[in-house]
Amino acid sequence: MATETLKAFDVQRVRADFPILGQQVHGRPLVYLDNAATTQKPQIVLDALTRYYTAQNANVHRGVHHLSQVATEAYDGARTKVRCFFNAGSDREIIFTRNATESINLVAQAYARPKLQPGDEVLISAMEHHSNIVPWQLVCAERGAHLRVAPMDDRGELMLEEFERLLGERTRIVAVTHMSNALGTINPVADIVRMARARNVPVLIDGSQAAYHMPVDVQALGADFYVATGHKLYGPTGIGVLYGRESRLEAMPPFLGGGDMIASVTFEKSTWNELPYKFEAGTPHIEGAIGLGAAVDYIQSVGLDGMAAHEQELLAYGTQVLEAIPGVRMIGTARRKASILSFVIDGIHPHDIGTIVDREGVAIRTGHHCAQPVMDRLGIPATARASLAMYNTREELDALGAALHKVIEVFG
Amino acid sequence: MSGLNELYQEVILDHNKRPRNFRTIEPASHHAEGHNPLCGDRLALYVQVSGDTIADVAFQGSGCAISKASASLMTDAVKGQTVAVANDLFQRFHAMVTTPPDQAVENMGKLSVLAGVREFPVRVKCASLCWHTLKAALDRKEAVSTE
Repeated sequence: MATETLKAFDVQRVRADFPILGQQVHGRPLVYLDNAATTQKPQIVLDALTRYYTAQNANVHRGVHHLSQVATEAYDGARTKVRCFFNAGSDREIIFTRNATESINLVAQAYARPKLQPGDEVLISAMEHHSNIVPWQLVCAERGAHLRVAPMDDRGELMLEEFERLLGERTRIVAVTHMSNALGTINPVADIVRMARARNVPVLIDGSQAAYHMPVDVQALGADFYVATGHKLYGPTGIGVLYGRESRLEAMPPFLGGGDMIASVTFEKSTWNELPYKFEAGTPHIEGAIGLGAAVDYIQSVGLDGMAAHEQELLAYGTQVLEAIPGVRMIGTARRKASILSFVIDGIHPHDIGTIVDREGVAIRTGHHCAQPVMDRLGIPATARASLAMYNTREELDALGAALHKVIEVFG
Repeated sequence: MSGLNELYQEVILDHNKRPRNFRTIEPASHHAEGHNPLCGDRLALYVQVSGDTIADVAFQGSGCAISKASASLMTDAVKGQTVAVANDLFQRFHAMVTTPPDQAVENMGKLSVLAGVREFPVRVKCASLCWHTLKAALDRKEAVSTE
């Protein structure tokens, strides 16, 4: 496929690549604004999945036969594509997991758990998704360590000076999101990494939301771990990514045991395979990896810079549309944010908003967005959230606006 | 009538805006907390039982229009009734909101306005949270979740 960046971003051309977007919902054209939950898949990804099962299917890293080699090349080829996408230094640093949640659990269990001593600390931020809270709570509880939380302000921005103050003698790892799923805040991850590394504290960045909105260069960033999930990168569900600095991964024990992750097995002792296979026990999600490889190729063919500019323009437009509606209050007004329009309407619960706009064909998320502490911090039970992807248009945001007027009409 | 108009009927909008029995009872003979993790709805239910009669019932909490209106209507419906009658209403209400939308349901008077949730399967829990919480309170379980 062509990999050169398009000169100009053409949203209609992009939309034509996503077959699902052409459908009607409740008799209206689908307006899909729940991209922070999962993105839709371009035809090229679907074709890669079909091709795998119609022409390439075999188990990987096992057979001497032709198909096994074809499948292995496709699977490891996908790893190379993902490595290039994140600009990691080596394929050995790219571990395929089920999702970002599993990637974080892998680091919590295989990196943090053996290291944590009673009284040690894990430092996260106030805007984490539950998946970057609970894995740390589990290891902290087991090891007698403490979870520390760097606060955010009313706009939903991380308070960096507080973060630095909490980065202490006992901090053993920092785990912070690159971009908030509930608020859209883009965190100053370069500053976070710099502050932590100055104290020799490793950093995990949760890139679940950021990776499909902006270019990510893990070498330039310098984080020890960076996690992402395939289904938000326009790829299949069930495939996630863990980037880990090679020296860290080498020093870590395996996470799961089984086939493929071993070098040799006897009943007395087993030895581990080399990276990245040490962390990929059992038959992997082969077609998921291949689909993700096709997805990151697609993103690069569209061009991340043009896509990001389009989404920023939509974010500004959508903010205007929403702020013009009486009673609407935006939640999450960080100066650096991307693609998330979280809001509440006076006197109308987000769940009711979601049901009514759905009948207008508009798909948004309502609730706590798996970030209950964020809701508690802002003193609200839930928000309605429209979240953008490369294929959204101004017309769709107008449709959201019209649907919200309908909500207000229903509630008088 | 479109499903939406049936869901958000005047009675429901009124009970959402001006919920009845929206207060606490301190102390109450029975109390339970209800929680719908899907949408974050939280409901605290207070029941004062004298003999076998629900002498008073009240609720507090935050939730969508459906959950709030349902709780409001429920408190009106069970106040002054025996515990046995309340349990029976719970069974009948549960049957009503879980019957497929193309099938007839029993007329439950004012509570029938909530039959509209049948067309919105994900909203059935909103309407039934308060009833599960009432049952938990009467059975002396302290917390209930619709998950």
